[in-house]
Amino acid sequence: MAGTWIFVEQRDGNIRKVTFEMLSEAQKWGDEVSAVVFGKGVAGLAPELAQYGAAKVLVAEDDIFAEYNTGAYVAQLAAMIEESSPNAVLFAHTFNGRDLAARIAQKLELGLATDCLEADISAGKGVFTRSIYAGKALAKVEIASAPVMGTIRAGVWEVTENAGAGEVVNVDVKATAADVYQNVKEFIPTVSARPELTEADVVVSGGRGCKGPEGIALVEELADLMGGAVGGSRASIDSGWLGHELQVGQTGKVVNPTLYIAAGISGAIQHLAGMSSSKFVVSINTDEEAPIFSVTDLGAVGDLFKIIPTLIEELKK
Amino acid sequence: MKVLVCVKQTFDTEAKIDLKDGKISDAGINMIINPYDEVAVEEALQVKEKGLAKEVVVVSAGSDKAVEAIRTALAMGADRGILVKQDADADEFARAKVLAKIISDEAPNIVLAGHVAADDGSSQVPTRVAEILGWPHINVATTLEIADGKATCNCEADGGNQITEVALPAMISTQVSLNEPRYPSMKGIMQAKKKPVDTVEAEAVESKAKIIEFALPEAKAAGKKLEGEPEELALAIADFIKNEAKVEIKK
Ligand SMILES: Cc1cc2nc3c(=O)[nH]c(=O)nc-3n(C[C@H](O)[C@H](O)[C@H](O)COP(=O)(O)OP(=O)(O)OC[C@H]3O[C@@H](n4cnc5c(N)ncnc54)[C@H](O)[C@@H]3O)c2cc1C
Ligand SMILES: Nc1ncnc2c1ncn2[C@@H]1O[C@H](COP(=O)(O)O)[C@@H](O)[C@H]1O
Repeated sequence: MAGTWIFVEQRDGNIRKVTFEMLSEAQKWGDEVSAVVFGKGVAGLAPELAQYGAAKVLVAEDDIFAEYNTGAYVAQLAAMIEESSPNAVLFAHTFNGRDLAARIAQKLELGLATDCLEADISAGKGVFTRSIYAGKALAKVEIASAPVMGTIRAGVWEVTENAGAGEVVNVDVKATAADVYQNVKEFIPTVSARPELTEADVVVSGGRGCKGPEGIALVEELADLMGGAVGGSRASIDSGWLGHELQVGQTGKVVNPTLYIAAGISGAIQHLAGMSSSKFVVSINTDEEAPIFSVTDLGAVGDLFKIIPTLIEELKK
Repeated sequence: MKVLVCVKQTFDTEAKIDLKDGKISDAGINMIINPYDEVAVEEALQVKEKGLAKEVVVVSAGSDKAVEAIRTALAMGADRGILVKQDADADEFARAKVLAKIISDEAPNIVLAGHVAADDGSSQVPTRVAEILGWPHINVATTLEIADGKATCNCEADGGNQITEVALPAMISTQVSLNEPRYPSMKGIMQAKKKPVDTVEAEAVESKAKIIEFALPEAKAAGKKLEGEPEELALAIADFIKNEAKVEIKK
């Protein structure tokens, strides 16, 4: 085989955890694992990537790559793939990762399996497991075009340390200003001291049962106590209690935390689509018939306004 | 200006999924327009209502039944439809190829699509179509402004809001927060019946990805459901958080 490439998802040198998850899992396929990183001043990321098993770190350094930019990244990666013919190339299933992956797949006329939960990669072949119908079914997809391409959901694979050689290989820059056709005028980061929903280990979500900002404040305080993210059902987002980017569910984010706490959320099928793969689910709801209890490990039938304050006190002890 | 909207027919999001002969069964399932595509249709209509476009064309690739999704879009106010008859097994590569063919024949100034289909959840088709056409693509758009031959959108990127500007023609994929789709009026439904829908056969394109197995996820074992005084319930949850989920508490 000619190696597995993991495209490194980073912004300003901060590598997303899903990159380490992919590097760790890729060790299982018995092929040499390389991290591919584009940016400005990114060669210094090599030791961090080596820690999770990158034997090589293929670095394309240039001003043009300072921020993600579709045209330049596609031109560069397509040229590298054509030159080196890796066996497989994996990306994070993120805003930028899926843009790059689908563009490359089309440009090189390849199959692509997106938002994958499992991958089994061998020479010239990849079989991926994807969740379809918002998690209500699973599909195994075979990609037989080369290289095998997939985008991977964050949080589904374990991070394990595997000392890799981390040999830095500087690749020729193939992208030019003529490849750029999109103007990213501004990126306004969400100002939040909390982790991002899709990467958080703990998510506490509030629904219509929170009744307003005071209920949401309880949810936030509970989340902060565990270093968790805050999420919401569509009802609480539509009510304006939380920002749109915090919606969990079919038309929001899919989360994969160790612990998911649903407070005042009924558990509509569209909400379950976003959280049912959480490892542990705790629910607080006054209605003992609420559907959320069918996916709950520990359910409390009661009033969140009475339970959460005591819970906060108890956890602080 | 002309706006084209890519509309996929999908299962109702409430639908319960079952397998029959190893495949997803569509028996008794209510079919809808993919929720994001409904938002795309609404946005196209608003672009037309602002006087920025003269025509809204709706395109769907699928079986004969997909014409219902086109009719719904026409009832909302779109002007005409094109149904591309294509096998349900077609992968994203094959679907993008046939849609790109129609789009290059129609030559719209802007194409609106959903950012993901609620059924296969692949998030590939609009990006692939844009690549075939050599167009820019703005993904997960939460606002759209069109002026001076350019489109500018806020988009929901990871970790923040990204403002992207591209020259037309361009592909724009919607997030649900872009707008609130209108319901078709009675008059709209009547008019839709008379609006033209062309049916064309998809050119044969070989898929690159193949689904080899469908399965249903394992049902989660029922957990514990506690009733009692709020204090007791709070203690039980605290214990679960610390000792089962083993979450570290930041005091
Ligand atoms: C196409 C489509 C896509 C959708 N996508 C999403 C999505 O991505 N995410 C999503 O969440 N929804 C989505 N929905 C909406 C979904 O169907 C539900 O309407 C929504 O999830 C309900 O939110 P909720 O549970 O907060 O509110 P409700 O269903 O109103 O539930 C509120 C719950 O709070 C409980 N409660 C009330 N008071 C208290 C109290 N004091 N203490 C404890 N519990 C209390 C009630 O018993 C009830 O169970 C979508 C719908 C459609 C049609
Ligand atoms: N068969 C199809 N016909 C028309 N549009 C489609 C089709 N498949 C996908 N699309 C468009 O592409 C978007 C994303 O779909 P997908 O890439 O399958 O997640 C959808 O919201 C539609 O706008």
